[in-house]
Amino acid sequence: MSILIDRTSRVVVHGLTGREGSFHGAAMLAYGTQVVAGMTPGKGGQMALDGRVPVFDTVAEAVRETGADTSCIFVPAAGAPDAVMEAAAAGIRTIFCITEGIPALDMIPVVEKVRAAGARLIGPNCPGATSPGRAKVGIIPASVHREGRVGVVSRSGTLTYEAVQAMSDAGIGQSTCVGIGGDPVIGTTFLDVLQLFAADPETEAIVLIGEIGGAAEETAAAWAAEHLRDVPKAAFIAGRTAPEGKRMGHAGAIISGGAGTAASKVAALEAAGFRVAGSPTELPQLLRDAGYRG
Amino acid sequence: MKIQEADAKSLLVAQGLPVPPWEVAHTAAEARAAAERFLAAGAGQVVIKAQVLVGGRGKAGGVKLAATPDDAERVAEAILRLEIKGIPVRKVLVGPAADIVKEYYLSAVLDRASRRIILMGSADGGVEIEQVAADRPDAIVTIQADPLLGLLAFQARQMAFRLGLGAHLKDAVAIAMGLVRTMQADDADLVEINPLAIVRETGPDGTAIERLQCLDAKITLDDSALYRHPALEALRDPDEEDPADREAREAGLTFIKLDGTIGCMVNGAGLAMTTMDLVKRAGGEPANFLDIGGGARADKVAAAMRLILADPKVNAILVNIFGGITRGDEVARGLIEAREQQERDVPMVVRIVGTNAAEAAILLEQARFETAATLDEAAQRAVAASKGVVA
Repeated sequence: MSILIDRTSRVVVHGLTGREGSFHGAAMLAYGTQVVAGMTPGKGGQMALDGRVPVFDTVAEAVRETGADTSCIFVPAAGAPDAVMEAAAAGIRTIFCITEGIPALDMIPVVEKVRAAGARLIGPNCPGATSPGRAKVGIIPASVHREGRVGVVSRSGTLTYEAVQAMSDAGIGQSTCVGIGGDPVIGTTFLDVLQLFAADPETEAIVLIGEIGGAAEETAAAWAAEHLRDVPKAAFIAGRTAPEGKRMGHAGAIISGGAGTAASKVAALEAAGFRVAGSPTELPQLLRDAGYRG
Repeated sequence: MKIQEADAKSLLVAQGLPVPPWEVAHTAAEARAAAERFLAAGAGQVVIKAQVLVGGRGKAGGVKLAATPDDAERVAEAILRLEIKGIPVRKVLVGPAADIVKEYYLSAVLDRASRRIILMGSADGGVEIEQVAADRPDAIVTIQADPLLGLLAFQARQMAFRLGLGAHLKDAVAIAMGLVRTMQADDADLVEINPLAIVRETGPDGTAIERLQCLDAKITLDDSALYRHPALEALRDPDEEDPADREAREAGLTFIKLDGTIGCMVNGAGLAMTTMDLVKRAGGEPANFLDIGGGARADKVAAAMRLILADPKVNAILVNIFGGITRGDEVARGLIEAREQQERDVPMVVRIVGTNAAEAAILLEQARFETAATLDEAAQRAVAASKGVVA
C-alpha cells in the first residue's frame, strides 16, 4: 500500500497542454502513473503527450469519459482556485495543486468547499507526491526515489529531493513522499498526512521535513507522541538561521512575534520522540538509530 | 509587503472606519505647518510619529507630543534625525493628539491553523499583543470569521460585548466588520488597530462626547495578490527598500540580505534556508538567503551572482542546486557567464545535482570551478574559503 497515490490512481492533469503540464505530465506517464486525461478549456478533442492522452474541455467530461479520480493542477495562480473547485465539483477525490503564488485569502473558501465535498486537496504550492515504484503526481524528480517503507512528509520542494535522495543513497526506500506545500493556507497538513501514514500498513517509519513559520509541525508532533509512539521517527527543520519578520521565500515561512521558530519546532519534535537531524544527510542514520531496520 | 501607518490609515478610511485626521511631513518645517493647522482647528496638542516599517517606534523615541508649532518643529527635527532599528526616519505623521479614555486592541489576521480569518481583540490595548498573549492569554478574545461568508454581524457584536464595548456597540461592530472588509478588499494578511481607543471629544454644543477611533494602523499585504492591486503596489516605500532587494524583486529572485560573509545561491526556499543553516553549522555566517526559483536560466543566475557580489562583506560563495525543474547545465552556464563579467574574484564552491547534473559537471570542470559532491561538504569548503583556509 501507500497513501494518496498508487497504481490504481487515474490522473487528470489541468493544463496538460501547457509548458509545465506537458513536461511533468510526460514524466508522470513515464513513471507508470495512469495519466488518463488532460483538461484545457477549448482544446477538448485533441490528444496530448504524443497522442497518448485525450484532452477534455471540462473536468466533468474527463471524469465521465476516463474515470479520473485524481487531479494535478498546473494552471497559473489566477485560475488555480477555480481549477480546484472544478475538480471537486466533478467528483475528483484527491486534488494536487502544484501552482505557486495563489493569494492566500482565495484559498480559504476553496479549502472549506473541498472539505465539504469530501475531497482532499494537497497544496497549493506543493511538489506533489510519489509512491515509489507505483506512481507519481507532480514535479518530484523520479530519480531521487527508492521503493521502501518510510513515509516522508514535507513543506518544501527541493529540500525534500535532497532528503529523499540521501535516504535512497543509504538504501532506505519510501512508501510515499508527500509535499504539502509552503503556503499559509493549504488543504492537507502534516497532521493529516501522519494520520494517513499511521493507517498505512506498509509505512513503518516516518520522516517529517518542516520549516519556520506557523505551528503545524508542533501540532503534528503532539499527535505523533500519542499515536506513533513505537514508530521510528526522524525530522529536519529548515530555517534555524532565519531572521525574524522576513518571509523566507515560501509565503508561509516567517517567524512573527517570536512564534514559528525552528527552535520551537525542534523542541516539540524531540519531545514527541522524533530524532531531529542537523542536516538532511543525517536522516538515514537517525532512522537506523531510532530502530528502523527496513 | 508592509506599508506605512499613513497608507494603512488611508485604506481604513476607504472602508469607512473612523480615523482621526493626519498629515505626512518630510521636514521639520512641514511638520510645523501641519501642527499649526491642527492646533488652529482646535487640537490641544499634536502627536508626531516616525513613519518607519518597524515596530517599537514609541520605545525608540519616535512618537512624541507637541503643544505649540515651535515644539512641533523641534520634536519633528529630533525624530527625523533618528534611526530606528537601523532604518533612518525620513518622514513623520502629524495629527491631533487624542484625549484617550481607554485603549483596546483589535485586528483581523489570516490564521494558518484554522485556515480562516480571525478577529482578535483585547481590552488591554496600546501594548504589544504578543506580550499580552504571553502574560495573560485569557485577555485575548478570538473569533473565527465564516470561511464562505466572512465576519458576520453577530460575531462582531460578540466581540464588542466581550471587550466591554457595549456602550459603543454600533461603532465597535462597524469597526470590526470594516477590519475584515479591509482585509478582503486589499488582500491583507494582517489589519491591526492598536490602539483602538475611546476618545473624549468636544461636541458641537461644547459638551464632552466619547467615541471610538482607530489611533494607529498596521497592515501587511499578501505579496501574491499584489498583481491584482496596482494601486497598492504603488504603496511600496522606495525609501525603505534596499536597492539589492529591488533588483532581486525585479529579476524574479527571492533575496534577503543577512550579516555574514558567505554568499549563498540556491534553488528552492526550503533548501536555501537549509544551506544557510549548514553554513552556520560549519562555523560560517551566511551573507544572504537567495532562492533563484524553479527553472532558472542562465540570465537569472548571472543576476543572482551580481546581487551576491554587490555585498562587500561577501568573501566566499556557495552555490547549491538540486535540479528538478531547474536544469543543472543551465545554472552552470550562468555561473560561467557571470564569472566572466564579474569585477571581483571570490572563491566559489559549486554543488549541482539532479536534472542534467552530469552535463553541468563537465562544463564546470572545463571552466575550472571548485565543485563539491554533498551539501555538507560544500558548506564546509565554503566556510574554509571564507576564513582564508585553503581547502
